[in-house]
Amino acid sequence: MIPVTVFAETPAGAICLFSLLLVPLAMAGLALIATGLGRSRSAAHAMLASLCAVAVASIVYVVCGFSWSGFAGGPAHVWLLRGKSWNWIAAQPFFLRGFVLDGSPASLAAVFGMFGAGLAAIIPLSATMDRWRLRAICASTALLAGCTYPIFAHWAWSGGWLAQLGVNYGLGQGLFDSGGAGTIQVVGGLTALSMVWILGPRRDKYSAEGMPTAIPGHSPVYVVFGCFLAWVGWLGLNSSGAILFQHILPGKVALIAVNTTLSAASAGMMALLITRIRFGRPDASITANGWVGGLVASSAATALLNPASSLIIGIIAGVLVTYTVDWFEMWLKVDDPGGAIPAHALAGIWGLLAAGVFARFPGQSSPDGQWLAQVIGVATLVGFVLPLTYSLNWLLDRVYPQRVESDGERQGMDLHELGAGAYPEFVVHSDEFIQR
Amino acid sequence: MKLAGVLFLLAGWMIVLSALDLLRSNTALIAFVLAGIAVESIGLILLLRSHLRLPEETR
Repeated sequence: MIPVTVFAETPAGAICLFSLLLVPLAMAGLALIATGLGRSRSAAHAMLASLCAVAVASIVYVVCGFSWSGFAGGPAHVWLLRGKSWNWIAAQPFFLRGFVLDGSPASLAAVFGMFGAGLAAIIPLSATMDRWRLRAICASTALLAGCTYPIFAHWAWSGGWLAQLGVNYGLGQGLFDSGGAGTIQVVGGLTALSMVWILGPRRDKYSAEGMPTAIPGHSPVYVVFGCFLAWVGWLGLNSSGAILFQHILPGKVALIAVNTTLSAASAGMMALLITRIRFGRPDASITANGWVGGLVASSAATALLNPASSLIIGIIAGVLVTYTVDWFEMWLKVDDPGGAIPAHALAGIWGLLAAGVFARFPGQSSPDGQWLAQVIGVATLVGFVLPLTYSLNWLLDRVYPQRVESDGERQGMDLHELGAGAYPEFVVHSDEFIQR
Repeated sequence: MKLAGVLFLLAGWMIVLSALDLLRSNTALIAFVLAGIAVESIGLILLLRSHLRLPEETR
């Protein structure tokens, strides 16, 4: 009997599989960035919380998340409205029952979805450092991986109504989001915004007059090393996503690597330049946020961009992230120590919109209506995902208060929740940066 | 105000969905999608404003 050639044994499949296995490095990178941008007295808590978020997200996604997200061509609940099919949600059995993980495109999409859930789950942690309980993090992550994320993942990646905007309504090729700029980054970023609203700012972050106090991160080394790791992870994320969801040829991975790097590099350098001009010295944390913003913005359709477009996308992402970090903190009273909301939510939205403007298919110009498909994707993220994640986490907060007690916040999350500090041999300083 | 913000966000999205299904003209579709986004923006502003006041325990 001739063995059936599985996708993973083809060149495209092998490259996709290899790229997929790089994605956990993006999670490690984001975890390190979050930890470095937080206080030293919450460092161990931040790393453990990242690990727990990835663990819970992976388990919940396999238990029920994949049932809702599914894969293109798989069983789904479809409504017929005026002759058009609206594919709302997948109808896979729970626990991956009956689903064979054999290296087929569907099985690699399941792995991609699981890693994506882990990555999305880490994003809110950097916005809510020093005040979010570990058990609440696990519960909130379960809601994200079991409900919010898989629904949008189905719509964008698995033949859902957003992916079919082109077939049903002639809007280009449907929503482009191969690397998860919307599905992973914006979903995670909007969850971060919801959690910041629900938890409120850190104690002493704002004076009685509402002026913000600078609370610098404790380790720029972690932050910058996290950027390097995230870069490698993003190369895998963008490559595997493009092969799985845009069916690009394996040779295009070279273009993806160049585009991803250019976008991150230009965004990072833009952030560095702006902070150098504004403050007289480059700022490591905002430069890192710019770098991540560039990676995020590159994710929507990196295989369909040319290097010059990627450079422009990165430059605009860098400017956007740099200015909105201040704007959120100063004017909107959003205490986001890791810059997760600008770097993931806003840069992701920019990446989705930029894909509608700059993406080109070989041999044809930008498909008609592509920009409108991207705008509808963004409208869905803001108009559906944000209320959903906010409401779910608000309800969770009613049942189980998610913010740590003020004593715990004063003591530090490490001592309060874990019983030991991350750096027991170091002298622990008081809050020397807090203005009294 | 928070509830109103959430409801405006959902209402804006529903306008976008309805426009997709009901409108055939491209110009009308674009106009209604943009109108839906404008309604979402009102919801977002309401949500942002409702969270501007800092809780006592965080000061």
